[in-house]
This record gives sequence, C-alpha cells and structure tokens, in this order.
Amino acid sequence: MAAVTYLEAIRQALFEEMERDPAVVLLGEDVGVYGGAFKVSVGLLERFGWERVIDTPISETAIVGAAVGMGYLGLRPVAEMQFIDFIACCFNQITNFVAKSHYRWGAPVPLVLRGPSGGGVHGGPFHSANPEMYFVHTPGLKVVYPATAYDAKGLLKSAIRDNSPVLFFEHKFLYRRIKEELPAEEYTVPLGKAVVRREGRDLTIVSYAAMMHTSMEAADLLAKEGIEAEVIDLRTLLPLDRETLLASVKKTNKLLVVHEDTRTGGIAGEIAALVCEGAFEDLDGPVMRVTSLDTPVPYSPPLEERFLPNVSSVANAARELAKY
Amino acid sequence: MTFSLTREQHLELYYYMKLNRALEEQLVRLFRQNKVVGGLYSSLGQEATSVGTAYALEPQDWIAPMIRNVGALLVKGYKPRDILTQYMARYTSPTLGKDGTSHFGDLKVRHVVSPISMLGDLIPVMTGVAMAGRYLGQKIVAMTWIGDGGTSTGAFHEGMNFAAVQKAPFVCVIENNQWAYSTPVGRQVPLRDLADRARAYGIPGFIVDGNDVVAVYQTTKEAVERCRAGDGPVIIEAKTMRMRGHAQHDPAEYVPKEMFEYWKARDPLDQYEKFLTESKLWDTKSRAKIDARIERELKDDLEYAENSPFPPPELAEQGVYCDGCHTLEPQWQRPVEELRPPKSSAQALWQVESFGGTEDTVAPAKPAAATVSGDGARRPAAARKAKPAKPPVRSKVRR
Repeated sequence: MAAVTYLEAIRQALFEEMERDPAVVLLGEDVGVYGGAFKVSVGLLERFGWERVIDTPISETAIVGAAVGMGYLGLRPVAEMQFIDFIACCFNQITNFVAKSHYRWGAPVPLVLRGPSGGGVHGGPFHSANPEMYFVHTPGLKVVYPATAYDAKGLLKSAIRDNSPVLFFEHKFLYRRIKEELPAEEYTVPLGKAVVRREGRDLTIVSYAAMMHTSMEAADLLAKEGIEAEVIDLRTLLPLDRETLLASVKKTNKLLVVHEDTRTGGIAGEIAALVCEGAFEDLDGPVMRVTSLDTPVPYSPPLEERFLPNVSSVANAARELAKY
Repeated sequence: MTFSLTREQHLELYYYMKLNRALEEQLVRLFRQNKVVGGLYSSLGQEATSVGTAYALEPQDWIAPMIRNVGALLVKGYKPRDILTQYMARYTSPTLGKDGTSHFGDLKVRHVVSPISMLGDLIPVMTGVAMAGRYLGQKIVAMTWIGDGGTSTGAFHEGMNFAAVQKAPFVCVIENNQWAYSTPVGRQVPLRDLADRARAYGIPGFIVDGNDVVAVYQTTKEAVERCRAGDGPVIIEAKTMRMRGHAQHDPAEYVPKEMFEYWKARDPLDQYEKFLTESKLWDTKSRAKIDARIERELKDDLEYAENSPFPPPELAEQGVYCDGCHTLEPQWQRPVEELRPPKSSAQALWQVESFGGTEDTVAPAKPAAATVSGDGARRPAAARKAKPAKPPVRSKVRR
C-alpha cells in the first residue's frame, strides 16, 4: 500500500462515505467541477453527480442553513468552508440554529462542517485562523481537529455518521506534508477520545493538529536530554476526553499545553481548570502553556514565525516545567 | 388561475382564523394573570395571512412558521394546548419547557421546522428542506414566512438567492405588517412593494391583500403549484397590519391612530364573516356550531395547560447531543440506485449559457457532453432545448 497524505485521507473518507450511503451529499463553494480550493473533493462530482456534489454561491450562511434543512429530511450533508476563516460569516447559523436545535426541540442536525484551518503557510490574517474555541464554547456542537492522516479519515467517517453537528477542522499545513499508510480495510476513529502518542514519565504535553507534530519533535529533543515527555493528541476538543488527560497528569504530575490557537481563551485555559479540579493534589508544578500570540495571524514569514509556537519554544517550556 | 374551495373548506378557514384569534385572546388573559413566562407576541390582524397560506399546502409539505404564525401551526394540526403550554413553559409542551412561544416543530408527522429568534435564518434552512425533498424524490414544497423587517437580513438574501439558482420548490411569504418593532417599513426597505425583491432573484413576486383569506389562499396555491411543477421558488408579499405592539409589553404608541383605524376597517375576520354571510356559505346555526366547538376546545386545552406541571429541573442537563435517541431514515421516493455510481456518474464540465458580454448573447456553438442547469440536476445535453433568456416576471398585483 502506498502512503497517503492527510488531504488524500480526507478525500478517501468522503469518497467511501458517499459510496456507502446515498444520504451523504457535499456542498460548498467550488467543491464540484473544480474539486475544492485545495482539491480535497477532486473526482467526487464525476463519480456521484450533480445532485450529490453541489457548487454553491458565495453564501456561507446559505451553505450551512441549507445543510441543516437537508439534515432535517434525513440526509447527511457535508458542508465545506473554502477556508475555515469564513466560518465567521455563518456564526449565527451555527451557534443559534445548528447547536441549539436538538436541545430545544429534539431535531438532530447530522451536519459535518469542514474546512482548511490553521497557519504556517503565510496565508495572512484571513486565511490562517484557528477559530475552534468559539465553537468549543457552544454547547450542542462537536469539535474535531485531527493531526494524522489515519485520524483524519477515521474521524471524518465517524463525524459523517454522527447524528450531532460536527465541526471538522483540517490543518492545511498538514494537507500535503504528512503521509502514512492506511489500513486497506474499513475503519473509523471514535469522536471524543484523545490518544497518547508517546509515553513518558516526566511531564505531559497536550496538543492537537499541527502542534501535535511540533510537540512530538520537541519530545524527541527532550529525550536526548533525559526528559521523557508523554504526548497526548486531543483529536476531539468537544467533548473533551477528561479521563485520558487526568490519567496522564496523575502519572507524570506535570502538564504543558501546546496549541496554535491564540493564548487568551484557548483550550489550555479549560484544560488547566479541569486538571485543577480533577488532579490538583497530583500536580508538582504549574500548568504551563505554549500558544500563538494574542494577535491576528500576520502575513510576512518572519512575523508569522514569531507568532507561531515552534519546537524550541515547546522544548524550552518543557525544560522549565521539568525543573519542578 | 382560480382554485375553488368547497363550502366545508370555506368554513374550515373560518374555524382556523377564529381559533387563532380566540386562542391569542386567551393568551392575553393568561399574560395578565402572570401565567405566561416571558413575552407574548400577537398576530391580531394577520390571521388571514397565516391561515390562508398554510391552507394551500398538502400534508406532506413543510413549513417553518414565524412568531406571528399561530394560524399556520393550527392548520398544520397543532392544538391550542401545544401553544398554551409553550407560552406557559410547561413540561407537556412540545419542547418540554426548553423553549417557548412558537419555537417548536415536528420532523416526523407534521413537517414543521422550529423557528429561531434571529430573522432570516429560516430562508436558507427551508431552501435546504426543499432541495432535500427533491433529492429524495418527494413532491414536497417548503414554505416559510418573514416580516418586512426580516427581509433586511443577509440570511434572507443568501437563502433566496440560493433557492433561486437551485430552482428549489420553496415559497417565501413576506408578511408585510408595516412595522418592524417600532420602525416603519419605509425605514426598512426603500421599496413600495416588497415583492419587488423577487426581481433580484429572477423569480416571480406576487402581491396579495393579506387580510383577504381567500385571496391569500388562491395566490399561495398558485405559487405552490408552480413549485411542485418544478418552476422554482416564489415570493409572495401579503400586505397586512400588525394590530398590536411588537409584543404584549409594547403599547405601539409610535403607530398613527389613523393607521390603526384604516386597518381596523379591514379586519380579516370581520371581512371574512361578512363574505360568508353574503355568499350564503353559512347560517346562524352553522356559525354557532363552529364557535361552540372553538369555545369547547379552548376551554379543555386551557384546563389541560393549567394543570400541566413545570419540567423537572434535571431536564436542563439533557439532550445537548443526539446520542442514539433518534434514527435518521430518509424517506426515499425514487430509486436510490440513480444516486449511486455508475448511474450517478457525470462529466464535470460546465456548459455556460452565454459568454456574458454586453452585446447580444453569444452561446457556445457545440454543447459539451453534459450540461448543468440551475437546479443542479444532471441532464444529457441532447435533452436540453435552447431557451431564450426569460425576463424576470414582474410583480402581479392582486387585490
């Protein structure tokens, strides 16, 4: 089996789910004839036709709204944001209509809203965002942000089959930069479960998406210095896998959270609070965090490099924490 | 086109309008007794629009009512008790007390989508309902209402535009009741007729006297039939008047007294009663029978609502996600095989209908292997006839 990219894994998930279930339809801007701005949906129109792969006007609110209506008749729509930054254009539809539907009146919204997210590709302030925390703060949604090709495929399949609305963030830096061999047989990855990527005894590094790879690199570096970091990949941000986090902190007694999202209101704060609630007695040091700056994502390469966390900033924080 | 109504149907229209009004009068009494939780919204003066539009639909059709469409909910089969318990926040209400007012619905039987307070959002949602119905092979029409003020939203535009390019079987009723809270329609929209908004989407825009229930029914029926025939969405502007404030707390002092008087003389229920008498469609006896039925139903349902418990507090924690509590079963009314490869497979090529210059339209000499029409349906090029570009249909005035 040839190794496939993170992007190809997502395409495979869409392809296989559409093959499996005619209730699965795809809609978004330029997803059909063009195959999507990043070519995630290439070939889907040819195979599944005009009724199932729908090129929409530039109308994010209409894309999400129409997907909700389709879901009410039992379809399983996958809606694409061309860049996840544009999710702000349909914030109301997601937070008020989608998220509250099942709670208010028992109407499930089996919608997947997916799109290329994150920085590191010099996309500037409007093509690099990590807006996941707006939605982690919205009860009723599920929020997924995979770090590997295997997870991207398995989580997307689970998201499509889930009866609750799932926001599926795809890290565009990873699209064509990582590759792995995927099982030939059908598989899914459950929502709401974190995974331990690397076992360690000295401290826990919690991360997700592209920063999971940065954290792994930092852990390799630290290992050479005799610091054994355990690395946890959250995979799903909402609902958060409390058990896996607490079990690891109880083992290592130290916690560092690394995310590419900006600092204030990032998920590190939530994780720090839940570790204080659930494992305070086990902590041997402060909960630390390495995050992006509290600024918009800047455009020019030296600025964006300054903005983003990197291997050395993660390793430095880990060394600091290991001293406790 | 005229769609005739039987005597029974005429009387049924009266029943729904009168029930709508009597139910809301009951709600006002409950509000004054502090038994309504939160705000109370009145559709006094707009009953003909709610009832007449919804009455033009078939049971399989879908609606998404707005706050002043109690009449449409009644036509769709909801009972006064559903609305009473909603406003009184009881456990027996359709939302079990999780939401109030007309914010409830039913996906399985009545095909009603719950509105939300943010105006305009239902337009794209019902566009999606209409598209999904077509996709599943169901012959459904989706309908929603929006106020004059709600047409100022971006969601309205995005939804109407998408419905129009998709030729979705969707009817949007603009209920022009002259006031968006305290702001008159002239400050919302610089148009005399809101039906003219339809021209921006290249779809028909009908105008109807929203206080004439039969005219509303006829106009809506025509729009619904167009949709069912696959001719795409329609906007209907129903001209009417909100005869109370935005909600019960609002005395509407900003409305000129003469304006209320003008519309009071055109009260939809008074007018319809007069019509029924003049047309000899009822007599004192048949009228009294309907009125007694309404009185009885309201009395029973009020008793039911007042004796209903509030929800148990722990309910607040439940139902955020659908974790296996619902099974989703799309109702296919076409062979599913059409949507599976290789039958679904298509050539991914646009065929543009003109080159878009300012001179007379130049069309491609030879059509590509497949063409895409506005409805997104796949068709072989041979089946496509070259049609001259149709000018947008101008608003029709029906009074």
